[in-house]
Order: sequence, then structure tokens, then C-alpha cells
Amino acid sequence: MMKNIKYLLLRRTTQIGLLFLYFSANAYGWNILAGTFGTSYIFGTIPLADPYTTLQVLATGFVLGVDVLIGAAIITLFYFVIGGRAFCAWVCPINMVTDLANWIRRKLNLDKEEVNYRFMKRSARYWIMVVGLIVSAVVGVAAFELVSPITIMQRGVVFGFGMGAAVVIVIFLFDLFGVKNGWCGHLCPLGATYSVIGKYSLIRVKHNADTCTACMDCKTVCPESQVLHMVTKESISVTDGECTNCGRCVDVCDDDALGFSIRNFTKNK
Amino acid sequence: MAHSNSRRNFMATTFQSVGLAALGGMLWSGYTDSVKASPLVLRPPGALAEEDFLAACIKCGLCAEACVNRDTNIDRDTGKPRPGTLQMAKGGDSVLIGTPFFVPTEVPCYMCEDIPCVPVCPSGALDMSSLLNEKEELDINKASMGLAVVHKESCIAFWGIQCDACYRACPLLDEAITLEYVKNERTGKHAFLLPIVQDHACTGCGLCEQACVTEEPAIFVLPNDIAKGKAGDHYVKGWDKKDQERVKDAQGLETKTKRSEKSSADYLNTELEL
Repeated sequence: MMKNIKYLLLRRTTQIGLLFLYFSANAYGWNILAGTFGTSYIFGTIPLADPYTTLQVLATGFVLGVDVLIGAAIITLFYFVIGGRAFCAWVCPINMVTDLANWIRRKLNLDKEEVNYRFMKRSARYWIMVVGLIVSAVVGVAAFELVSPITIMQRGVVFGFGMGAAVVIVIFLFDLFGVKNGWCGHLCPLGATYSVIGKYSLIRVKHNADTCTACMDCKTVCPESQVLHMVTKESISVTDGECTNCGRCVDVCDDDALGFSIRNFTKNK
Repeated sequence: MAHSNSRRNFMATTFQSVGLAALGGMLWSGYTDSVKASPLVLRPPGALAEEDFLAACIKCGLCAEACVNRDTNIDRDTGKPRPGTLQMAKGGDSVLIGTPFFVPTEVPCYMCEDIPCVPVCPSGALDMSSLLNEKEELDINKASMGLAVVHKESCIAFWGIQCDACYRACPLLDEAITLEYVKNERTGKHAFLLPIVQDHACTGCGLCEQACVTEEPAIFVLPNDIAKGKAGDHYVKGWDKKDQERVKDAQGLETKTKRSEKSSADYLNTELEL
């Protein structure tokens, strides 16, 4: 049977396409999307800026240029509407690394309880998010940017990796042999920021418990499986900010029990 | 009983989380503080002082992209773009990761008249106002990325060999590097042509360092903090009215000793036991 990978393909196309545009801005001087996640410009005019990076720089006490602030506002507003962690699933290059680790985990049967280390809580990322801002304020330099595999990987693609490739490999090995969804689901403060931003987003996965056959394929592929707590039980939308809107659950569901929809604020409590 | 247990659990996990966050925060601060120290790095034109620059730079790379893709960066022979001056620090570069810098011996700063790297900076880490001249125009000659320093023991011009490679390479010809003519006493009939860097004009572009013919450059650019001393407020140029302005409002601090009771002429001429 041919597996449904519609959203997976769409996501990979978006991720690689955006990376290619960023790469081309440096390599060929294209002007479509120049810069990196820290700050970039669409067609040299519309600024985009990462909200957490912006917060870190502001925490150091430096008064940032207006373009960065406008860019951060645009990104915040965008993900506020379409789902904060859509960034994680549709844009972030590290997602491809951790998804690969996850896929191999499943193939190698490393997901079994006895080999899945669970020494971290999923809430750790919110602590790291706050601590990152405090460290930025104390030391006077954007603290997460020094270690962020996300921007290190992106700059690696655009400007060359150097030793930075090691950070990406570390994340891969950690997710593969260490904690399942260790980076994206437990530690990443960027994802945490986007979780907060997208808490009330409009685009949501909706579950239909009537057609669900309880195969649990959705929970197997979901990187944040706790957000699917309603599966088999209630016909409601996923409302947790941690949902990345990746659509893998929609892809793997053979029962038409999961699909994207516009959030209905009146029905959901 | 169950109630007090859950409260105790809550307290315990809260303490644990706060404690771990403090632990992580301290390790993180220590690491951040140590990688911040990279004093031997040259930044793009208009960069704020290093400490402020590190806080301000958002690591977007727009300056490096503008540098490599500028119109003037086409190789005349091949028609292809050359490598840019500005590099974005990678892991292993021993420069704070993601920040722009340049290495003169690899690619120096060519001091483009329109300074493409600076106006694109969105964060303000590269300060355009520091590069404006009296007419409010961008002026690359205002840049101060560093200061060229000559090591006269390895500079062959100081040996008496005729070499003016750095002097000729300098974009501010005869301004930032001047040649001092000194008689060669050893031969009695030749002259030394000594390169002298003029602090007020040198922008730190590094073209001299790249042009230097010795095995390791005898002229090299150092960051201003390292290359320049500072006389401080204790010393004043008595012959310079402007410099005297500096201490116009200084408060005299008089020390009373047995010596100072008399005028200086008196105590110097008396044999007073002190």
C-alpha cells in the first residue's frame, strides 16, 4: 500500500526551498530571501526576525534597529495565526535531522520503553527559554545563539559549516540514541517560544473520534504525542501550543479521523 | 494526608526545577563568557566597540552577503565573483560564532566607496553614523577597523632594502602610511625608506598586511583596543589650547607637606632636614 506522505512532502519542499533561497542570496546574490533566521529580508524590503533571538538581544540591553523589531512583530503575528510551531515543522532545518533520527529509531526499534531514556521533562524547554534570556542579560551577548544548532545549521548551509557540523551531528545522535524527540520536544527554547506564540492559533488539527479505529499510528509518528490526548475519546481540536502542525498524523491516518481545520473558538472549552 | 503529600511533591519538583535551572544557567554563563573573549578579531567598518558589537550583532549575515555580492567584486580575468572580505564565524574559528570578521592575509577590506556592508545591518551593530563625513555622506575613510603596526626588526625597509609594498598598497596613499627618509649610516651613501603608519588616517583595512613581502607580514593590523595605548587624563599637552580645554574644570588637589610650606626656590636652596 502506498503510504500517504502529502504533508511530509510539502514540508520538505518548504524547508529545502527556503534553505535554497537563503543559500542563493549569498551564493548568487538573489534578493528573494536574504539573511538568516536572525534577521532576513523578503525582496530586500520586508524584514523578518526571529522573536526569541530578538528577545535575547534586547535582554542584553542593546536597543535594536527598528527593522528587527518590525521583523519580529511580523513573524510573531504570522505564527500567532497559523500555529507557532509550524516554524519547527515547516521551516526549521534541524527538523529534518531530528525527523531522520526518529525514523531510524522506529526502524531500529529503539522506541521500546526499556531503551528510551526519559530523564528529561518536556517542560525543560520553557526553563531553558527563560534561563537563556537571563544569561543573555548577565553576560551581555545573545546566549542561545552561541549554541543554537538551528542557526548553526542554517549558516552552515549559507556560509559553510566548519566545525559547526559537529553540533548538528550531536543533536542527531542525541535524538537517535539518547532521548526520543530529545531536542525538539524537550530542550529547544526556540520551539518553546513558538509554542507560546501559537497557543491560540487558528489552524489546528481536528480529531473525529467517530471514525477512529484506535490504530494509534498517529501517536507513533507524533513528535509531541501528548497533544493527541483526545484520540479515540473526543471529537475536538488539538489545542496545545506544542503541536507543530506538521500533519504527520493526518498523513498516517487511514480512517479520516484527523485533518486540518480552522479552530472553532466557540465550541472548544 | 494525600493533600499534604501532593503539596510536598509540588514543592520538591519546584525546588528541583529552579535548582537545575540555576545550575544550567551558571554553566551556560560560564561558557558564554569564555567564548566572548576573542580580542584579536577585526570587525567590519562602522562596528561598535567589541563589547557592544557582541551584544548587538544578530548574526544575520547580511553584511557578508552584501560584501561578497557587491558589483565591484567580479574577477576581471574570470568574470566570476571573488571570495568576500567578510566571513561569518563558524565553529572552530575562535571568533564568537555567527559574527562577521575578516582576516587581511586572506581577503583584506577593499574600502568600497559605497560601503555595501554597513547600511544593510538591521540591528545597529554596524553604526552608519560613525562613517558619515561633514557633508553627511558615507565615507569609508572614516572607518577605524584597526590600526596597522610595523614590526621594524622584520620589516626589510628597516634593513636598508628598498621596499615600499605596503606604502603602495595603502588606499590612502601617503596619508595612512608615509615614507620617512633616513640616511643609512652603515653605508654612508644610501637612504632608508621607512614606512610609518599614521594613526589618524589608518582605517585598518589590511591591504598593507596582504601586500607585505616578508614570510610573515612585518606590517599587520591589530584591533584598536590592542594596538593603541592611552595617555589618560593625567597628562596634558601644555602647548595645545584644545588639549588644555580638557582639564579646564579640573580641581586642584593640594598636598601639604613640610616641603610645600616654602616656595620651591626656597626649599631647593636651603639645606633643610626632612
